[in-house]
Amino acid sequence: MIDETANANLKSAPGVTRLKLTGFRNYAALDLTLDPRPVALFGSNGAGKTNLVEAVSFLGPGRGVRAAGADAVRRRTAEGHDPIWAVYAEAMTVEGPVSLATGSDPAEPSRRKTRLDGAATTQTALARLFPMLWLTPREDRLWAGPRSDRMRFFDRLVLAGAPDHGSEASGYEKAQRERQRLLDKQYEGARVDPDWLNALEAEMAARGVALAAARVDALARLQSEIDARPDTAFPKADLELEGLLEARLAAGEAAGVVEDDFILTLQDARRRDGAAGRSLTGPHRTELSARHREKDQLAADCSTGEQKALVLGLALAQASAIARVRGAAPVLILDEACAHLDVARREGLAQGLLDLGAQAWLTGVEAGLFEAFGEGVQRVRVEDGVATRLDDQG
Amino acid sequence: MSAAGPEIERLIQLLSRLPGLGPRSARRAALQMLQKRDTVMRPLAEALAEAADKIKACSTCGNLDVADPCAVCSDYRRDDKIICVVETVGDLWALERAGAFKGRYHVLGGVLSALDGVGPEDLNLASLIERARSDEVREVILALNATVDGQTTAHFISDKLANLSVDITTLARGVPVGGELDYLDDGTLSAAFRSRRPA
Repeated sequence: MIDETANANLKSAPGVTRLKLTGFRNYAALDLTLDPRPVALFGSNGAGKTNLVEAVSFLGPGRGVRAAGADAVRRRTAEGHDPIWAVYAEAMTVEGPVSLATGSDPAEPSRRKTRLDGAATTQTALARLFPMLWLTPREDRLWAGPRSDRMRFFDRLVLAGAPDHGSEASGYEKAQRERQRLLDKQYEGARVDPDWLNALEAEMAARGVALAAARVDALARLQSEIDARPDTAFPKADLELEGLLEARLAAGEAAGVVEDDFILTLQDARRRDGAAGRSLTGPHRTELSARHREKDQLAADCSTGEQKALVLGLALAQASAIARVRGAAPVLILDEACAHLDVARREGLAQGLLDLGAQAWLTGVEAGLFEAFGEGVQRVRVEDGVATRLDDQG
Repeated sequence: MSAAGPEIERLIQLLSRLPGLGPRSARRAALQMLQKRDTVMRPLAEALAEAADKIKACSTCGNLDVADPCAVCSDYRRDDKIICVVETVGDLWALERAGAFKGRYHVLGGVLSALDGVGPEDLNLASLIERARSDEVREVILALNATVDGQTTAHFISDKLANLSVDITTLARGVPVGGELDYLDDGTLSAAFRSRRPA
């Protein structure tokens, strides 16, 4: 049964205390008052549960659980679309209570504006104040699916613990795109100043090594968290990053040396990258692999249920590693996480989340899926764009 | 359908192209001017016409002024030995407001960005190399933004100046004046560590 003392540290963890939506997906208007406990959203398919957690995911850095653009979330009406949309929240963050808001920019509706206490803010500030992790049904096929999905998932785990990771990653990508544009031109026969390429490669190397170092650091912490955890309902994974830079940094080589070598590698690869139309080496090509420890099996070869349990286990371990380092667990969004779990694992998930003291947002088709939480969860019924809190004893 | 005539619409449309003004604020600005024709609108129109006629880019550094060379370039009290490279005239003004620099400036007029179609030939670079070649110049400070494009441009310029006998420096990055360590992001903190100096 659930250990109620786990709730003692709930107050300090980041979480939403009030959520207001205007013209967002299938919500014309919503105003929901919440407490720090996990939130269980239940209702039939298409009722708007994922839309609601998507709104919450918009309060953290990035483009949310569906990676949607600002135009895509406007509410559809009989006449077309609502002209504007907004997500407003009052939230507890690692630095105290704040108001967070995001919505379409009235001057340019295809752009999204984000505000912290009424003033413009940055993605890095959001990552620092309101760390967040999410799992959606898309991650069910994480281990067997494309490499890029796995790295995107892992980079989100890293970002939740290292707020700068996002800006290093986007800086690396920007420099990479700039370099590729020059290589494409060169391949078509235009003359390109080699110093320009040198400058871009130096920038790629500096940011690429910072990016890889954050991954190596996060992986080490995550693995030692997994190793130190007592056996739970979720299987333990042995993780490995296979990447040019990550391997050398993990072996303890100095970042400066790895950076200089990466510059040379990029220089050597110019002709090949120009012909290929993309750059073939670097931390954007890194692969994450996992083994199910107990079964000594590659995650990709495990059953669907086991694969899902491995991902959930990783998310829980990372949340707990972050709580250890930063003093508070991140907000967790677990869309349809309970759907394929047996009763023992549902109980394990409930206990894990309550022990963490995290505000987790869970969705499911029926309230029964959240029985294991007992009084540890606030239940919200979602019906056709209307969300109602059932227990008001927060 | 707009209640204003084509003249007013044109005015609003032109105003809304200015940075910081959207259609709404342009409308308010236009209305305000029309209501204060003698105290605001006519003096503004005259000032605009005069500025458009008289202000030009300095052929030495790229600053904007009525005189060429500009007031900064022709000020004999300033130090000829140091050139500070900035992206825009706005950056030059920011440094002048701080009053911390008493050397000469060089405005690039942008930064390298292949994706925006800005290459070395679009920047005020040849004249920078020419100036840095002069015997007097001892140091070139690259005061460019800490963005990918700004830093790429800084790398590029230092490569171009590498064989000249000038010191090439960049602005320090780290703890802001009055800043508390506890509130700094990890990247800024590690940059501050890397650029630490003897107390």
